[in-house]
Amino acid sequence: MPTETPPVAQPAKTSAGSPPASVDVAISVRGLRKSYGDNEAVAGVDLDIFRGEIFALLGPNGAGKTVTVEILEGYRRRDAGDVSVLGVDPAKADAHWKSQIGIVLQSQGGDSELTVAETVRVQAAYFANPRPVEEVIALVGLTQKLKAKASSLSGGQQRRLDVALGIVGRPRLLFLDEPTTGFDPEARRQFWELIRQLRELGTTMLLTTHYLDEAEALADRVGVIAAGSIVEIGVPAELGGRHLAPARVRWVEDGQHREETTATPTAVVQALSQRLGGEIPELAVQRPSLEDIYLQMIGEPA
Amino acid sequence: MSNPTPNTATPDSRTALANDPVELPPAGQVYLARSRVEIVEFFRQKEALVFTLLFPSMLLLIFGAVLNFEIAPGLDFVQYFMAGMVASGVLASGFQNLAITVAIERTEGRLKRLSGTPMPKSAYFVGKMVQVVVVGVATIALLLLVGVVVYGVDLPATAARWATFAWVTLLGLAACSLLGIAFSSAIKNGKSAPAIVTPIALLLQFTSGVFFVFTDLPAWMQNFAAIFPLKWLTQGMRASFLPEFAAQEGAGSFELGKVALVLGAWTIVGMVLCVLVFRWRDRADG
Repeated sequence: MPTETPPVAQPAKTSAGSPPASVDVAISVRGLRKSYGDNEAVAGVDLDIFRGEIFALLGPNGAGKTVTVEILEGYRRRDAGDVSVLGVDPAKADAHWKSQIGIVLQSQGGDSELTVAETVRVQAAYFANPRPVEEVIALVGLTQKLKAKASSLSGGQQRRLDVALGIVGRPRLLFLDEPTTGFDPEARRQFWELIRQLRELGTTMLLTTHYLDEAEALADRVGVIAAGSIVEIGVPAELGGRHLAPARVRWVEDGQHREETTATPTAVVQALSQRLGGEIPELAVQRPSLEDIYLQMIGEPA
Repeated sequence: MSNPTPNTATPDSRTALANDPVELPPAGQVYLARSRVEIVEFFRQKEALVFTLLFPSMLLLIFGAVLNFEIAPGLDFVQYFMAGMVASGVLASGFQNLAITVAIERTEGRLKRLSGTPMPKSAYFVGKMVQVVVVGVATIALLLLVGVVVYGVDLPATAARWATFAWVTLLGLAACSLLGIAFSSAIKNGKSAPAIVTPIALLLQFTSGVFFVFTDLPAWMQNFAAIFPLKWLTQGMRASFLPEFAAQEGAGSFELGKVALVLGAWTIVGMVLCVLVFRWRDRADG
């Protein structure tokens, strides 16, 4: 029997006041708060994101997604709460920490005069052990655009370039803030495919989006945020208890619209059919779509 | 892959911990990469090329043709104007160039992006400084070429005058570029930067002895200009381009010691201001 033990992962160092970060947790957030004047943008967020997972923070515009993520990225200071990202408080982050994370910001990068290859190459120079430039560009599907000016790219291509910049330093954690806003459906599908490829590389990803289908297509888990608070965290298929949600049966009886919410719609329809003598006028049976559930969660009229 | 439990990660990302020491590249490598990018970006920008690099030479061409009178027996105004335009070239490459481009980079979120990378912050400033020196040298070389070829301007005649020319240029570039970086923080929107910065440069040029002989200006205007670097830059340049004019300067000499002192002071002020007011994020951005 070999006495040598495999390298055991040591728990990450915790700074004073941070929650203990286990090796399996990439991001840990407790009681995060941030106000701008009277507006409480983040009103007590708790969150754990595990290594290797894709976590989507889903919410409408102004829900506090970007503020939360920018606190985790080290861009903004928090008012209260404990935050640990890769075992470090981002408010005290240094270059060593920054070289382990990749950031794809919400805004575009402006009109650079550099080519795609030059843009990635200079970003690679900030890291000791970057991915090869051509390899990263191939990964995001921009090999044909190697020598094109970054400012000449389409919106979708520019976002791919942003991702290339985000991953060239081999980050352990990648932030993607509303990466597909403004995309046409085709560009969106292609971008999703890229994210799925990155998952295969084992990159942990925190993605914000206001597109329900995007969270559903990409994320292992989804956190729904509304008015600065997490409303629910779950796997997409079970979000809002959708798989258990009651159905709504609607029909017309005595010239009036009726409706009943039930867990057993078949039984209700059978009973109705007997009572009304066969055909039920204007019968409809509806299950809430994920969108209905989501809109309900974020407090919008469905 | 979509289950609620922690996902399976690749072995290396699982055993690699946040508190493992992560190596950073040598700072020199980053300085080199930033300097290269700053130079490449400048020379690909048409606006920057025209307004910073070509504009002083265009002014020299136009005004040299119009203002062809003698300011002293045997001394053409164009020789005086040459010294002023070289000083203006220093102002353009340092102050105008950086005040405008840094403000634009801030508004476009490019500075924010940079600050999210492990790039040492100093690398950004080193890159800008290298750009300013390259642009300044190119701007001045073009001016000298136009001056000599078109107007037969006399270049500094002795090694000592070239040395004066060199230190005034370098100290001027240092002061102007630091002040430009600091001033960019006062510009709310990068789009309006040229409209804010250009009039300031023009105002200084009109009052600092570029377009007019400085001693011909009203005293209050001379006193105003004496606060700012450009007046001292033009004076230092005259020491190398028209040394025979010394007696006609306000103080009866070019006051080179004072030139060094004022430019040096502005360099320190610029440095302090940069430390105090430089921001990586736009004010509109939280």
